[in-house]
Amino acid sequence: MIRVALPVHLRTLARVSGDVTLDIDGPVTQRSVLDALEARYPMLRGTIRDHVTHKRRAFIRFFACEQDLSNESPDAPLPDAVAKGAEPYLIVGAMAGG
Amino acid sequence: MSNVRVLVGTRKGAFILTADGKRKKWKVSGPHFAGWEVYHMKGSPVDPNRLYASQVSGWFGQIIQRSDDGGKTWYQPGTPPDEPLTTPDGMPKGESNKFVYDTSPETGKPLTTHCWYDGTQHPWEFKRVWHLEPSLTDPDTIYAGAEDAALFRTTDGGQTWHELAGLRGHSSGPQWAPGAGGMCLHTILIDPGDPDRIFIAISAAGTFRTDDGGKTWKAINRGLSSLYIPDPNAEVGHCVHRITMHPSRPGVLFMQKHWDVMRSDDSGESWYEVSGNLPTDFGFPIDVHTHEPETVYVVPIKSDSEHYPPDGKLRVFRSRSGGNEWEGLTKGLPQKDCYVNVLRDAMAVDSLDPCGVYFGTTGGQVYGSADAGDSWTPIVRDLPAVLSVEVQVVS
Repeated sequence: MIRVALPVHLRTLARVSGDVTLDIDGPVTQRSVLDALEARYPMLRGTIRDHVTHKRRAFIRFFACEQDLSNESPDAPLPDAVAKGAEPYLIVGAMAGG
Repeated sequence: MSNVRVLVGTRKGAFILTADGKRKKWKVSGPHFAGWEVYHMKGSPVDPNRLYASQVSGWFGQIIQRSDDGGKTWYQPGTPPDEPLTTPDGMPKGESNKFVYDTSPETGKPLTTHCWYDGTQHPWEFKRVWHLEPSLTDPDTIYAGAEDAALFRTTDGGQTWHELAGLRGHSSGPQWAPGAGGMCLHTILIDPGDPDRIFIAISAAGTFRTDDGGKTWKAINRGLSSLYIPDPNAEVGHCVHRITMHPSRPGVLFMQKHWDVMRSDDSGESWYEVSGNLPTDFGFPIDVHTHEPETVYVVPIKSDSEHYPPDGKLRVFRSRSGGNEWEGLTKGLPQKDCYVNVLRDAMAVDSLDPCGVYFGTTGGQVYGSADAGDSWTPIVRDLPAVLSVEVQVVS
């Protein structure tokens, strides 16, 4: 079971509070986590990644285990602690003013 | 008795202002979508409790919201509260924020690039929806004006959107360039007598008209003159800020251009200037009195580099003669030290008699007049910067 922490605005859109939990079959990667998240909460499609290209939106960042994974390959395995649910996968709105 | 509902989009959320037909005592609800930019909200003329909102964030992109109860509750179309989010086979029920430019071969050639600031060609990139225009006859059909400039339409109540790509396919498409506010399609006017005739305006391309429901478009900018572009009288390239019409005379259009207030009496085929005695003819909004097709309102702004009223005096100007002769309306508006702006979609008129006029400012005030502009009162004073104002009369 994977834990995903969403920024507050996306929690509002998804109508959830606290971390989201997801079950993922197969390798636990950023792509598989985001695919599972968007399948469970389709209203989040387009808010984290582009609808078509699936590229990360410019002011969204991804973190886990105190590492910035934003520019890592979406198909690289996530840390074991995330895959085992011990640590959350963090989706963060970048510090960008406004 | 009729009630009035004013829909206010701001930089940090949406607000709904309500009053009875006297328009004296107002209730304020909001912020809805707190923290998000709400570029525009508008209700269906067929079903006034059906509202649509364009909710935008630099972080999270575009969201479309819909209310079926006059703004009490909202949901993203396709995912109503208490309903499953997916179909029985697991597919998402809607993609209400998916605005993808049509690049299919059937829709023509020049759909991929427009003119960039440095004169080179640049890909079209979706940024946000500036304006939502519900159909005059079907509450499930809405048009959306986008940045980068394009027109989208939904026919399923906002669940899915499809581009009317013939507009970008216009032969002038590669010449369109962004203005300082981006290359936005900000105005959509549907002819009440002919739903296939639609007028749109783009900054900074100009005004276009379709007579076949959006398949083909004609640039209708003859008579516009913009001194700051290479050819002042070019077919496209004009920074049109807003156009409006009276429903009883859809062939008569009024325009607030970057500079110049203009009028057309032939559905946009030609334009002539009606700035007349305005203190400055720069500005953003323009609107027409509900019951008097020759009565027009503008808010003059000092200049393109100083976006505030001349002399620190906030004045609405009204012409009762279809332009040229304007009177300043000041009663109840600040006449010193006022340096707010009024953006292009931030003025609206109601259908009561006397006609109500409303506008919002970048300083967060929403002013209302229940006597066609003769006097004004602030409905609210301290909202975030106002991006848009619409008004409905509901029973």
